[in-house]
Amino acid sequence: MTDRYTKLANGPLKALVKTLGLPSPVPLRRHSDGAYLSEPVLVLGAGAAADAYAQILLDNGFEVRRKPTSEKLSAVLAFFDEAQEPTDLSEIALEIGGALRGLVRCSRVIVFSRDAHISPERPADTDPALNATRNGAVGLMRSLAHEMRGGSTANGIVVSDGVPMDAPSVVSALWFLLSSKSAYVSGQPLHVTTAHGEAATAEALAGAHLDGRLAVVTGAARGIGAAIAATLARDGATVVGVDVPQAGDALARTMNGIGGTALQLDITAEDAGRVIAQRVGEPIDILVHNAGITRDRMLANMEASRWDSVIAVNIASQLRMNTQLTEAGAWGSAPRIISLASTSGIAGNRGQTNYAASKAGVIGMVAASADRFAAQGGTINAVAPGFIETEMTAKMPTLTREVARRVASLQQGGLPVDVAEAIAFLAAQSSGGISGTTLRVCGQNLVGA
Amino acid sequence: MTQSPQPTRPAAILGGNRIPFARAHKQYARASNQDMLTSALDGLVARFGLAGERLGEVAGGAVLKHSRDLNLTREAVLGSALSPETPAFDLGQACATGLEATVSIAQKIRLGQIDVGIGSGVDSASDAPIAVSEELRGVLLELNRAKTMSQRLRAVSRLRPSDLAPALPDNGEARTGLSMGEHQAITTAEWGISREDQDALALASHQRMAAAWERGFFDDLVTPYLGVSRDTNLRADSTMESLGALKPAFGRGLSATPTMTAGNSTPLTDGASSVLLSSQEWAADHGIEPLAYLVDAEAAAVDFVTGSEGLLMAPAYAVPRLLARNGLTFADFDVFEIHEAFASTVLTHMAAWESEEFCREKLGLDAPLGPIDRDKLNPNGSSLAAGHPFAATGGRIIASVAKHLKETGQRRALVSICAAGGQGLTAIVEA
Repeated sequence: MTDRYTKLANGPLKALVKTLGLPSPVPLRRHSDGAYLSEPVLVLGAGAAADAYAQILLDNGFEVRRKPTSEKLSAVLAFFDEAQEPTDLSEIALEIGGALRGLVRCSRVIVFSRDAHISPERPADTDPALNATRNGAVGLMRSLAHEMRGGSTANGIVVSDGVPMDAPSVVSALWFLLSSKSAYVSGQPLHVTTAHGEAATAEALAGAHLDGRLAVVTGAARGIGAAIAATLARDGATVVGVDVPQAGDALARTMNGIGGTALQLDITAEDAGRVIAQRVGEPIDILVHNAGITRDRMLANMEASRWDSVIAVNIASQLRMNTQLTEAGAWGSAPRIISLASTSGIAGNRGQTNYAASKAGVIGMVAASADRFAAQGGTINAVAPGFIETEMTAKMPTLTREVARRVASLQQGGLPVDVAEAIAFLAAQSSGGISGTTLRVCGQNLVGA
Repeated sequence: MTQSPQPTRPAAILGGNRIPFARAHKQYARASNQDMLTSALDGLVARFGLAGERLGEVAGGAVLKHSRDLNLTREAVLGSALSPETPAFDLGQACATGLEATVSIAQKIRLGQIDVGIGSGVDSASDAPIAVSEELRGVLLELNRAKTMSQRLRAVSRLRPSDLAPALPDNGEARTGLSMGEHQAITTAEWGISREDQDALALASHQRMAAAWERGFFDDLVTPYLGVSRDTNLRADSTMESLGALKPAFGRGLSATPTMTAGNSTPLTDGASSVLLSSQEWAADHGIEPLAYLVDAEAAAVDFVTGSEGLLMAPAYAVPRLLARNGLTFADFDVFEIHEAFASTVLTHMAAWESEEFCREKLGLDAPLGPIDRDKLNPNGSSLAAGHPFAATGGRIIASVAKHLKETGQRRALVSICAAGGQGLTAIVEA
């Protein structure tokens, strides 16, 4: 699981790596290293939103610059929300460019824009120039993310028309993207579609913001599931970890380590949702559908059992559990459902037709479930991990693993905690305006870009 | 003697956890009693979210115990996820150790001494203690006391080569030298228990336990350990033919035809179990719905040394006393959990309770206790299927029967465990 290359490239081979122009990944700052950097934040843009965010940052203890500067910077916030024509992008774009060399390691560029309509279903009165401008801002952000160096990232916050630019979840998304919790998120637009959610300060979101919330995490015994459970517990949630009885000993260790409760249950059981509702016995505030399996085969060689088991665990069980928990009235007042998708579900992957079908299915499920959960004040989202360093990836052939690590913009694999941080962010009370979306945690991997 | 006027309160059984039982010298061959008990406790802690909690007390014990394990249960607590401020004590009553530990915790709860506790037990027949011979021990102790070289030489000179042979534990009775199986073979012959009846009981045990595993009954009673996730002694595919083909293992020196085989006797087994008990208030505070209540218990012992009664017949004496004290008859029970040390133990107990003569002569009753409906006997299998890690059997039975009552909506269960030394411990569990 150790990324030996990253260690060497930052140690004895540093000079050689630079001379040869080899990939030079840097160790990413994570929450355990501190939530936010101390250098000033440059806020670019002349509109009301830019002004508002300069003030919000000041109110939250950040140093703010409103004009390009020669100082070292921890982040650049660029506001394109008022841009009308593609030519309106240039001024701020070039100012971002001018600021890049002043960015410290593991810094952030965050691009704010309004939502463009790019699916065939769009409002009839969509203005082509406006739509081009809005989508252009996202294109800029995605390409900039590829150009970032030194563990820095670029991401976007895309706000739907009618939602105030300073809605709680826009601010919540800012704190997440600005913080070390988003270490392995890059090149991603985060869509805020409603003004729901409770406003939170930068400090609150870095602390025990899930205090008093009950979270159920499936597949919690080890790997990414264990990291999710630990991160939710760190943020104050009471965790019930679910895993198959065969993984009960690992589940017990993980739960005892975080003061959680172990529930040995096969989630593919017909009544799994009802059993969870009954065993938990109190309102479920957060449900993380993490349990998943792979049964890789080329489709030409695929056996029915391999196909069916992947569908059963990775998507069918989630649909059934959601329905049963709703029928049982098991949800808390503003439930947060977060489901594990995968970049394979976005881009496809050779040998993973079954897995990709299930994970693309998850993306479809959350998109279609958002309205239902909105009716009870809740949200449902997916997180799509890219290459994450786990026991599973440690067993990959060395060359395949090395390639998978380096083809990401951050030039390294992510850690289970990176996926967990994204989930904890989506689970936050302040993230109520984000629903039906899929957030990639992939270090901007080329796969599925 | 003064009477305590203190009222008692119910002791709730909240749940249990055990590791799968494994045949001796197999998967758990290198696991110590402390390892296994710690794992059983940790699984229970995780199941009820008790990490870091200080409980009232944990009781436990082992039958085959190393001398270094004088504080076995406390050491297991210290190694577990429980608060290190949780006290613990060891006790022993041979095969009834686990039940006695659970009863002790229940009684402390009933008396208001503690609000919550764990009854537990563990045994490894694989990692058995091996001692030095009495002679060598005497020499070593004297050597330790010796102050001069001549005293040391004198001590060592007493040593004979034969003294160096290690003393291995066996399941022979200290006072008769007979193994438990040989003792039971005598009782089996006296009561004329047939081979077919014994095999049928063994078969039912395997079939019922296999069915319970299949339907997920043990999903919240067992946590895997060392790669084992089901009891390894369990043979779902047992048949009367396969059991009937086994050669007799005990009673071959008796005049009667031997009937006891490896199939209708429990094998040596490794395992650990634990049961969480509390007051109703503690359970409510923690949002846990009790499975059942441990109501009362009664121990008995018989004089097997002179041969006036069979070694494992004590439960036959304990049960009528327990029933009388609680004003109950067999008709008041929905479930009978009788530990299957040997199939014939269960069958002799039942035969005794049906026998007018035994009930009159030995128990002093006007009428026999009567028959037990086989459908109500060990509904989820017992030790013949699960195996029998001595001190862990009590916890297995209490947790299983409590869950069974909850699941079926049945009201009352009788639990009975026979033990070495001519002892037996019985208890009543009520929904």
